[in-house]
Amino acid sequence: MPLSVPHLLRVFLLAVCCTLGSAHAAPSAETLARLADDDSDTRIAAIAELGAEGSAQSVALLDALAGEALALTGAGRLVILTDTGALDAATGEAIEPYPDDADPLMVNNRIRNALHSAKAATNIRATDRATRLAAAQLLRDSASELLMPILEPALAVEQDKEIRAILALAVARVNLASSEPAKRILAAQRLGDSSDASVKAMLAALLDTNGNGQFVEPDAEVRAAAKASMQAIERRLAMADLASTAFTGLSLGSILLLAALGLAITYGVMGVINMAHGELLMVGAYATYVVQGLFRTYLPEHVDSYVLAAVPVAFLTAAAVGMLMERTVIRWLYGRPLETLLATWGLSLVLIQTARVIFGPQNVEVANPAWMSGGVSTYADIVLPWNRLVIIGFAIFVLLLVWLMMQKTRLGMFVRAVTQNRAMAGCVGVPTARIDTLAFGIGAGIAGLGGCALSQVANVGPAMGQGYIVDSFMVVVLGGVGQLAGAVTAAMGLGLMTKILEGWAGAVVAKILVLVFIIIFIQKRPQGLFALKGRFVED
Amino acid sequence: MKTRRSFIKALTLSASLAAMGSVSSFAQAADTIKVGILHSLSGTMAISETALKNVALMAIDEINAAGGVLGKKLEPVVVDPASNWPLFAEKARQLLSQDKVAVTFGCWTSVSRKSVNPVFKELNGLLFYPVQYEGEELEKNVFYTGAAPNQQAIPAVEYLMSKDGGEAKRFVLLGTDYVYPRTTNKILRAFLHSKGVKDEDIMEEYTPFGHADYQTIIANIKKFAAAGKKTAVVSTINGDSNVPFYKELGNAGLKATDVPVVAFSVGEEELRGVDAKPLVGHLAAWNYFMSVKNPTNAAFIKKYQDWAKANKVPNADTVVTNDPMEATYVGIYMWKQAVEQAKTTDVDAVIAALGGQTFKAPSGFTLTMDKTNHHLHKPVLIGEVRADGQFSTVWKTKEPIRAQPWSPFIPGNEGKQNL
Repeated sequence: MPLSVPHLLRVFLLAVCCTLGSAHAAPSAETLARLADDDSDTRIAAIAELGAEGSAQSVALLDALAGEALALTGAGRLVILTDTGALDAATGEAIEPYPDDADPLMVNNRIRNALHSAKAATNIRATDRATRLAAAQLLRDSASELLMPILEPALAVEQDKEIRAILALAVARVNLASSEPAKRILAAQRLGDSSDASVKAMLAALLDTNGNGQFVEPDAEVRAAAKASMQAIERRLAMADLASTAFTGLSLGSILLLAALGLAITYGVMGVINMAHGELLMVGAYATYVVQGLFRTYLPEHVDSYVLAAVPVAFLTAAAVGMLMERTVIRWLYGRPLETLLATWGLSLVLIQTARVIFGPQNVEVANPAWMSGGVSTYADIVLPWNRLVIIGFAIFVLLLVWLMMQKTRLGMFVRAVTQNRAMAGCVGVPTARIDTLAFGIGAGIAGLGGCALSQVANVGPAMGQGYIVDSFMVVVLGGVGQLAGAVTAAMGLGLMTKILEGWAGAVVAKILVLVFIIIFIQKRPQGLFALKGRFVED
Repeated sequence: MKTRRSFIKALTLSASLAAMGSVSSFAQAADTIKVGILHSLSGTMAISETALKNVALMAIDEINAAGGVLGKKLEPVVVDPASNWPLFAEKARQLLSQDKVAVTFGCWTSVSRKSVNPVFKELNGLLFYPVQYEGEELEKNVFYTGAAPNQQAIPAVEYLMSKDGGEAKRFVLLGTDYVYPRTTNKILRAFLHSKGVKDEDIMEEYTPFGHADYQTIIANIKKFAAAGKKTAVVSTINGDSNVPFYKELGNAGLKATDVPVVAFSVGEEELRGVDAKPLVGHLAAWNYFMSVKNPTNAAFIKKYQDWAKANKVPNADTVVTNDPMEATYVGIYMWKQAVEQAKTTDVDAVIAALGGQTFKAPSGFTLTMDKTNHHLHKPVLIGEVRADGQFSTVWKTKEPIRAQPWSPFIPGNEGKQNL
């Protein structure tokens, strides 16, 4: 964790002592000048003073600095830039005319750290629980002797259980270096509740021996407590490791599944080797991009919900493109796999070039909406990113949709009938040509949904589909042609396998091993994991 | 997939030939000097290289508007090697023997440069290479206007180890799996050793080109960073993999104040595809940033934006400038000056005249072409990502520094400094 924090806090505490008497005075001109100094140490000291003082004006100054809105004019005047104009930093008065030469003060990571610490030390006394929680977490990770005057009073008055636990951990971290063995034992025991690998390293250091063969920690009881706590943390970390590998595997699996589901219909059910499948994903992703742009222009207040609107748009756009492809090219080629392959490949190039002409060769920016950014912190500090969680949920939703469509609707029944015996289906009155178009359209639409999901985790560019075509065919072929269950199993299996191998051998080797596995598997079991049973008419 | 690729190639090739026809048609006047532009306009590297083609065309327009070179107009010959390394060599040969260009501006990845080097040597052509690279090379026919490792990678790591950079003690060297990241990391490892960093405090990881799932790697970085020492990541990830990497970084809650990431191949252009807000504070090391404030740069940005609008570049209202674009621009002008000094476009005469040329660059510094080693003396700038995808300079050298193409941190390089 940041080494500079203890130093910052020392400065900060010094500042607390200095300013306790004169609380809530406006920041002095001298402090303000130091905020704009060339030397980082001077600036950090000034930040700490402002944080300790804690008046509304100081907090506003710190926020402005953090937001790079605190600027220095050519004349050396410190101003706060806002959306509507500029305010004098010392007095808060509006400045007319707007100072065009104002240059925002540089903020680097060290200054940002100082700002965070200054805020955490003030925020630990805030009334809002979330603010206190964040402050407590920051203080825990940077706990040191110097923090005790802040931590102990905070712990004494804190009512919330979760924040108490965090603060107690912070205090224990400091007490581990206490001179009283009793305090150290208690601290070592308490730290067993941590799930931070850096705490484990701290405890492990106690169990080491120094050059003369003596233990770093003289007290055997403390050592025993430290050892027990260390093992508890180790167990927790091992579990966390397993859980996070499983999650990343599922997440990759759900992405593979979304990329491949459309293909599972067009190739798996209809038998069309659709080399333009990746480009249908691309169409869905660009549809998402366009919807995002429309929301930004026309509905800026609802911009966070653009993804929801993009889902049906992506489906319909990709389905329309798919049906057009089917009507114009593919339907003349049923039963001629080689020609279909070449034709769809040509189509994929046409689509890539079209996207390049319309949107340019560069990748376009598709931002995660606020509710899909960041992550939820779970057991043992594993962060599950929201966009991945949403995509797993979305994959389940799409899967359900496809299953219902294929099994429970009349259209699905027709599609299955045409797949199994085209001639007989035609004889009993199924409009086979129209069913082909619709089924292809639905497959393409599902690919569009996949593209919509991919736009949230991967690049959106004209050639983005190329990266998924191999993976998609891998999933469909491995799962067994014509089987949704197969596609699901294959996608999840490949996802988990890739992630386990990646953790063990690195990304490059993992990719090779997965491909080798698939080659061997297909040789041993060409029909894939799940093979269709029953009688079919081959044409 | 092999045949499929080559089919794509063939198609894009014909498309680019068509584009070429339209570009060169306006300048069919009797006496022109042909200038080759060899950048991928399709494939994975198009994200970065398209802008270089644009800025080269802009510079050529600008020179022509001012009367051309030696009284002749420049005629650009644009070809598209389609991010395909062997095709780079083919296209280079076409430019030199068929179009008879006087000079070529091109290449981005080191592997493409390595592929054209023998062609330029054999046919005695002249290539300007505008991108930071790993060094370990010095060709008579190539001028390197990007940074050598001592003008980018090493100062960046020094900054991370400094007080303002966070005093990092542990390093993750993360890159795409090809020659540039591997060589750079070899140099960095030797450099870190010389600074007393032990092997157990260095983690080296590579991903394939186009890798999109960085969950495992980020989890590993988190684990590595938990050992109690300040950790920093040095990223040589290239191309569009950077977008998923930075997205994952933001979502996993790994903040720049905890584990800063300094990148060598991420500039303004690459950040256009990313929401930069979660990335605030991560770093990049270059020799130029668009955010640098000086009159030369303001004029350069304005010229490029106007040119982009006038030439209907896609998304012309959001175009940005970046380091390799600046290097391309500087290279074209240095070549022009050298030709005017030599009074001929003859390759050997121009090579002789290039050493010692100076040019006031948009970075705010006057850059000099070294007399002996074909590299520019460049300033080093370290910037932190801002919420708008631009960089704010947090550290820079006072003077341009001389390139060391042969890194002293690789054994056996002593005495290999000059041509």
